[in-house]
Amino acid sequence: MDFLLQLVVSGVVTGGIYALIAIGFVVVYKATGVINFATGELMMIGAFFAWTAMTALHAPFVVALAVAAIGAAAVGALVERVVLRPLMGQRAISVIMVTIGLSSIFKGIAQIVWSGEYRSFPQIFPRRPILLGPVLLPSRHAYPFLIALAAIALLALLFRFTRTGVAMRATADDQATAFGMGIDVRRMFSFSWILAATTAALAGIVIGTIGGISPQLGAVGLRIFPVVILGGLDSIGGALVGGVVMGILENLAGGYLDPLLPGGGVKDVVPFAALVLILMVRPYGLFGTRDIERL
Amino acid sequence: MRIGDFQESYAADEALFRTATQRVWVGVLGVALAAFPLVAGEYLLYLANLVGVLLIGALGLNILTGYTGQISLGHAGFMGVGAYATAIAATRLGLPFWLAIPAGGAAACAAGAVVGVPSLRIKGLYLAIATLAAQVIFEWVFTNWTGVTGGIRGLNVPPARLPGLVLDTDLRTYYLVLVVVVLHAYAAANLFRTRVGRAFVAVRDRDLSAELIGVNLFRTKILAFMVSSWYAGVAGGLFVYFTKVVTPESFPLTLSIQFLAMIIVGGLGSIQGAIYGTVFVTLVPEGLRSLAQVAQELAPDAMTFFHPMRDIVFGAMIVGFLVFEPHGLAELVNRGRRFFALWPFPK
Repeated sequence: MDFLLQLVVSGVVTGGIYALIAIGFVVVYKATGVINFATGELMMIGAFFAWTAMTALHAPFVVALAVAAIGAAAVGALVERVVLRPLMGQRAISVIMVTIGLSSIFKGIAQIVWSGEYRSFPQIFPRRPILLGPVLLPSRHAYPFLIALAAIALLALLFRFTRTGVAMRATADDQATAFGMGIDVRRMFSFSWILAATTAALAGIVIGTIGGISPQLGAVGLRIFPVVILGGLDSIGGALVGGVVMGILENLAGGYLDPLLPGGGVKDVVPFAALVLILMVRPYGLFGTRDIERL
Repeated sequence: MRIGDFQESYAADEALFRTATQRVWVGVLGVALAAFPLVAGEYLLYLANLVGVLLIGALGLNILTGYTGQISLGHAGFMGVGAYATAIAATRLGLPFWLAIPAGGAAACAAGAVVGVPSLRIKGLYLAIATLAAQVIFEWVFTNWTGVTGGIRGLNVPPARLPGLVLDTDLRTYYLVLVVVVLHAYAAANLFRTRVGRAFVAVRDRDLSAELIGVNLFRTKILAFMVSSWYAGVAGGLFVYFTKVVTPESFPLTLSIQFLAMIIVGGLGSIQGAIYGTVFVTLVPEGLRSLAQVAQELAPDAMTFFHPMRDIVFGAMIVGFLVFEPHGLAELVNRGRRFFALWPFPK
């Protein structure tokens, strides 16, 4: 029982971080219809910004966060303006491949600037683990999870109450009408990429504090596909639910199935098997909008 | 300016190569390819074989993605299925290569039929994600089904044999690859002059309209997946006889992405495009490598920049072509040909 509980709790923690990454992804998809394969690399770049601020400039963690957020926002805005805007409304394959191309460029640049080595973040959080009843939560998992939760809450408030947030939701809902109501739709595209890059940077830092960073960190980005497909590609609430469910699922699969199968690695494949099932049964996910096609 | 370009019979009008100029150039190309090993060294032959194997895969992906409009991020997975099936047929069943390679194609074909099933319900971006999942699952199976695939140690395969001849050098493999490539390129070019091929294009352009004019969507999409996977499987089979060993890390997601890059750089929905794209995408990194080796003489740590530069150039190639020349190299070549055909008159 304790084993199960331990797995579920660490699944929720992983899931919270997945949810944070997935939200940035969903925001971009909602606003611009782009599936962002470069999410993982945006995470990696953002994490390296923070790492540089902390190690080279000896900045405190909060300042490093701000540096990473600003840097990532600039990268996001640049990418949207230079690469994605000319491709607006192009075929699905162009849009997918351009983000894949970007991810390759980011990976190369990161290797040149920060070298391919593996780096660990300086100690940020107190070392003492947190006890939740019978479950022991290492501090390097607990604090990142709290940061992820706080960021998600902040984003929710932003969408709910700020003028820009409302404008972004309107754009996602119906571009033409939003445009007619005087919303600068192009600026909203830009904002959605800025937001995606910033949340990705935060997620990258959070993951970096758990296990260190390297230019290969972006591979984690693939993990969000099961999450967003389960939740629905265009649902922010869905990203949250999907993240937690997938986090728990992969932990349970890892905990119970890994010993049964030779070679292991079940944890990495089960979310994708689930993804295929979801696509067969309910392609638009739990909370996604159902597309109706007309000729 | 070229004049007198007219045909006197339907057969001439439908021919694959319509003008005498084209036929001459194809003949020149044929002779050049056959004579290539006479002038090429070991390294060039290796590259030629590599390009040939990847070209078959790229042709297959272009049939699925370029002509039928179904995005696949799992092409390397199918190639892997073909490679493992060929390796198993050659070692456990002891089949000769001319049966083992088609066995690989058939196995990949079957896998393609299964992965293609969701394509009826989901399309576009969702299909891309579904095939991504297939790629991840294939890789996992290659690594973990140790009883069949040999796990991470992989399987060793004896070289292909003909009576009195062992195809154990790159030179001998070259002709095997060349024959298979020509057969498959010829089949692909002809496919789009048949009803099935036209149905593929109709599905790409607007699937619902295609269904209304009598194209069975489900059958056509599955068929496209099967044909494309056959190509991937044959590429995998050739790869086995080329490298003599199969391991799971030969078929990663990055290879799937590389295939997509080839058809985008070359030109989606164009046989020549797949050829140009494969040659370009495979040779650019090699050019970079030679450049890095030259630069190493001047700056000793130049080699450390080679890997990152390869990533950057690869990404920049994809982004650059998509933004500036979405129809790829095939369009550039066509523009050049039009220029010379119309010269000295401006268009």
